[in-house]
Amino acid sequence: MEEKQRKMAFICSKGTLDMAYPALIMGWAALGNGIDVTLFFTFWGMDLINKHRVDKLELAPVANTSMKMSMMGVKTGNLGIPNIMGVLPGMTAFASKLMRDKIADLDVPPVGEFMQMLVDAGAHMYGCKMSVDMMGLTKDDFIPGVEDIVTAAEFIDMTEDTQIIFI
Amino acid sequence: MASKVLAGKTVEVNEEGFLVNPADWTKEIAAELAKEEGIAELTEAHWKVIDFSRQSAGTTGAAPTLRGITSGSGVSTKELFSLFPKGPAKKVAKIAGLGKPEGCV
Repeated sequence: MEEKQRKMAFICSKGTLDMAYPALIMGWAALGNGIDVTLFFTFWGMDLINKHRVDKLELAPVANTSMKMSMMGVKTGNLGIPNIMGVLPGMTAFASKLMRDKIADLDVPPVGEFMQMLVDAGAHMYGCKMSVDMMGLTKDDFIPGVEDIVTAAEFIDMTEDTQIIFI
Repeated sequence: MASKVLAGKTVEVNEEGFLVNPADWTKEIAAELAKEEGIAELTEAHWKVIDFSRQSAGTTGAAPTLRGITSGSGVSTKELFSLFPKGPAKKVAKIAGLGKPEGCV
């Protein structure tokens, strides 16, 4: 008996550096296991397919209760980065660089390169119609591999029998 | 754990058909495992990936991840997915007589 083809769809709604990776890593793992993968980008997630933004994603330390001083290599246990420090100019860039370096240390590629890997591995990518309209984007703003701009209803239609993960 | 005859040799395999002992592996066994995975013939390009994976596992002790294969062997992502269609992660490791890759990317 022919086994049923498993399908997964990831809705990417966030544009911060840390929230870009979950869909990329799970999508890549799914492709590696022979699963059909679709990625739908909406709202801030549009940054992942925006060629002007994809390699400039950031991570803000303000109000990020999981980001501890110890991430910088200082043995301070549970001591957080004080929000008052986070508002200083350059802190977001600093935290983003820290995270990018940590990711690169694991031989995990930057977001732009990772997106291309997913396309090369056969993932299908779509941009959200409402977000495109709201942000004044066109297909020319997108990285290669984005197949189309679709409405929410079209996405729902194309993901019948698909496991959907919202990020 | 079960034993199985592959290319005339009795080998131990786990419940997913992976060789338990990488030392049991031969090129003939690889060809048979490839057939099980729907790859009729192993070409030179396939061997480039398999040989790299065996070498890499020899050094690190674990099957390389897909990213490890593409960045280490020079085979592109596109090529890797077309050589081992529908799930190269497990297929490469299985055909190369290794365990599943350890690592996410």
